[in-house]
Amino acid sequence: MDLSYTPEELVFQTEVRDFLATKMPARLTDKVRSAKRLTKADMEEYHALLNAQGWLAPGWPTEYGGCAWTPVQKHIYDEEANLACTPRIIPFGLGMLAPVLLAFGSEEQRQHYLPRILDGTDWWCQGYSEPGAGSDLASLKTTAVKDGDHYIVNGQKTWTTLGQHADWIFCLVRTSKDGKPQEGISFLLIDMATPGVIVRPIILLEGEHEVNEVFFDNVKVPVTNLVGEENKGWTYAKYLLTHERTGIAGVGASNAAMLALKDIARKQTRKGRPIADDPIFASRMAQIEIDLESMKTTNLRILASAQAGGAPGPESSMLKVKGSLIRQEINVLTRQALGPYAVPFVSEALDEGSNESWMGPDYAQGVTADYFNNRKISIFGGSNEIQRTIITKAILGL
Amino acid sequence: MDFTHTEDRRMLADTLSRFLRDRYPIATRLKAAASDQGFDQATWDGLAELGILGALFSEDDGGFGGKAFDTAVVFEELGRALVVEPVFASAVLGGGLVAQLGTAAQKAQIEDLIAGTRRLALAHYEPTGRYEASEVTTRATGTKITGRKAVAYNAGTADAIIVSARVSGADDDEAGISLFIVPAGAPGMTVREVPGIDGSRVADITLDGVEGELLGPDGGAWPALEKTLAMGVVALCAESIGAMETAKDLTLDYTKQRKQFGRVIGTFQVLQHRMADMLIELEQAKSALVNAAGRFDGDRLTREKNISAAKNTIGRVGKLIAEESIQIHGGIGMTWEYAVGHFAKRIIMIDHMLGDADYHLARYVDLTRAA
Repeated sequence: MDLSYTPEELVFQTEVRDFLATKMPARLTDKVRSAKRLTKADMEEYHALLNAQGWLAPGWPTEYGGCAWTPVQKHIYDEEANLACTPRIIPFGLGMLAPVLLAFGSEEQRQHYLPRILDGTDWWCQGYSEPGAGSDLASLKTTAVKDGDHYIVNGQKTWTTLGQHADWIFCLVRTSKDGKPQEGISFLLIDMATPGVIVRPIILLEGEHEVNEVFFDNVKVPVTNLVGEENKGWTYAKYLLTHERTGIAGVGASNAAMLALKDIARKQTRKGRPIADDPIFASRMAQIEIDLESMKTTNLRILASAQAGGAPGPESSMLKVKGSLIRQEINVLTRQALGPYAVPFVSEALDEGSNESWMGPDYAQGVTADYFNNRKISIFGGSNEIQRTIITKAILGL
Repeated sequence: MDFTHTEDRRMLADTLSRFLRDRYPIATRLKAAASDQGFDQATWDGLAELGILGALFSEDDGGFGGKAFDTAVVFEELGRALVVEPVFASAVLGGGLVAQLGTAAQKAQIEDLIAGTRRLALAHYEPTGRYEASEVTTRATGTKITGRKAVAYNAGTADAIIVSARVSGADDDEAGISLFIVPAGAPGMTVREVPGIDGSRVADITLDGVEGELLGPDGGAWPALEKTLAMGVVALCAESIGAMETAKDLTLDYTKQRKQFGRVIGTFQVLQHRMADMLIELEQAKSALVNAAGRFDGDRLTREKNISAAKNTIGRVGKLIAEESIQIHGGIGMTWEYAVGHFAKRIIMIDHMLGDADYHLARYVDLTRAA
């Protein structure tokens, strides 16, 4: 056992810090730091900066433009990027579709789609959940019926994150009703500009437009857009869910959020003293910091063992459950730290260039909205209840 | 012992409940919250006509209630329907202080408060004071007030604002606090009202030599102020309980009709047990409110200990029920279009009013030591 970074990892960390310090525009990091809304252009700008550096696809093999980072390198980047308040990497093309194409797509598909993900030509979104198929994803009903050299797609997807910006959507569709529900699902790539594709916003409880419904009305999709084999989509989807799990624990984001919380707790006072020194509040912060420090090591331990023996399997469910609970608890404490100023919500002030100002201290901006928004992280990508069931069945054998 | 409400209070609750069920669907509430003044005038007028505001004042003051259980009964119904109309700010806080401290001339306005034709607000807490009720750095020289007030509920639409200011003593002394009635638009007063994330309206207020009318003894407002804030806690606890009831009911209904894996999700034991925990905690919260309202008219220490116990309990139980309601719903619970998220926001934000769970835990310790 050795908990310290190797000399090579330390060199990498310095390299990452230099990149973030010199290449990241202050305009972007200021927006992230002050919880301002990011535009599509902001997110694309960050991707382009990383692409120019050759760091946009850390999990891809080098021959496709990836940099094949180790889990520790990914962890270092995740931690440093969060501390530097970069925007987040939009994972749908880079971390979700690409691994599936690399493992199951044709070489032609890889050569066509992967470069376009890297250079930002295509913005991808995910078409998995449906109104009737959430936790029970395999019960999905969107159909794709073969008609000559096309599929005709009908149905509805939901919770499509940033689908309003997307050029393409990768979808799980039903191509057969025979056998178990899992056996009739295929993995299909659909151009959002195809006639019959309609995107409608879903507004979240804090007022943001982040997710969408996507409707398919007799949408014609070339059969060449099928990934892998027909009716094998469930295997690919499961592969996706257990692959690329480096970030699933969210320790980089939690680490940065913890530091922001400590900073706020020094600025907020009770009876003239920082609440960081208040016995109750201090013990709550200490408790979550203890959990977070353990989580960082759990994360690296699981990823290290996965590196030795392939992608992490059901262990990634542990990372998601505990990681999400820690992140949410930091959100709770940050909200509580604000006292009465957790209540005001000047939505317009979160737009860049707005004349509206926030009410209360600057650091209160967006905190409560973030608390409510992050209730999603124990729901999406397989709710914590589903993750626990995976742990019970796949690890404990119950 | 008797744990039933009086006949009059049960009728009041029924009347209010019916009115809100018929006239105040969630769509009306969301529209009211998004409107310029932040509430619905017709609903406000309707509440006044029903006597809801009168129930919060004693017979001596022209009402027909004014006890803690009257507040509890009214606010539980308001919470159940997620009412944003400024009953709390105007009748409980503003009206409560005028009723306790007003001269005969000042108390004449209570008639208009009950009729809903006049509204008050309280500007008491300050930007750096968090929940410390005795921390008042705003100063008054004679009747001229200078200072800043923070997160004052519905102050932007009130006809007059009751402002606390220090006339003597250290910044957090209980002695030396005066209250003043300041009419809306008074020279030297700037009120900036913005939306709260829960659909409420809150204002930061700057006072620069503002002329106010003294309410109550000069420098001696603390006992009445503390008692009014205690009644405010009763109102908020009851409102939260009403909102929690609705959130719990929505969640229960959803678990009975949502199907996944070929069965309704309410048949999964993991969700059943969590619903059971919500119910257990909600009953605890109701009992904490009964304790606080039932001992409201006792000695000060007993009252305040039970007030802090109730607000602490409501904060903890509220967090559980708000978060579990969303989680058990899943994605649909995260949306603006579905009601449960709005209830969750209000339940959580009530913990940020008049002291959160931690504040009242510490205060309970202090009060216990003082006994």
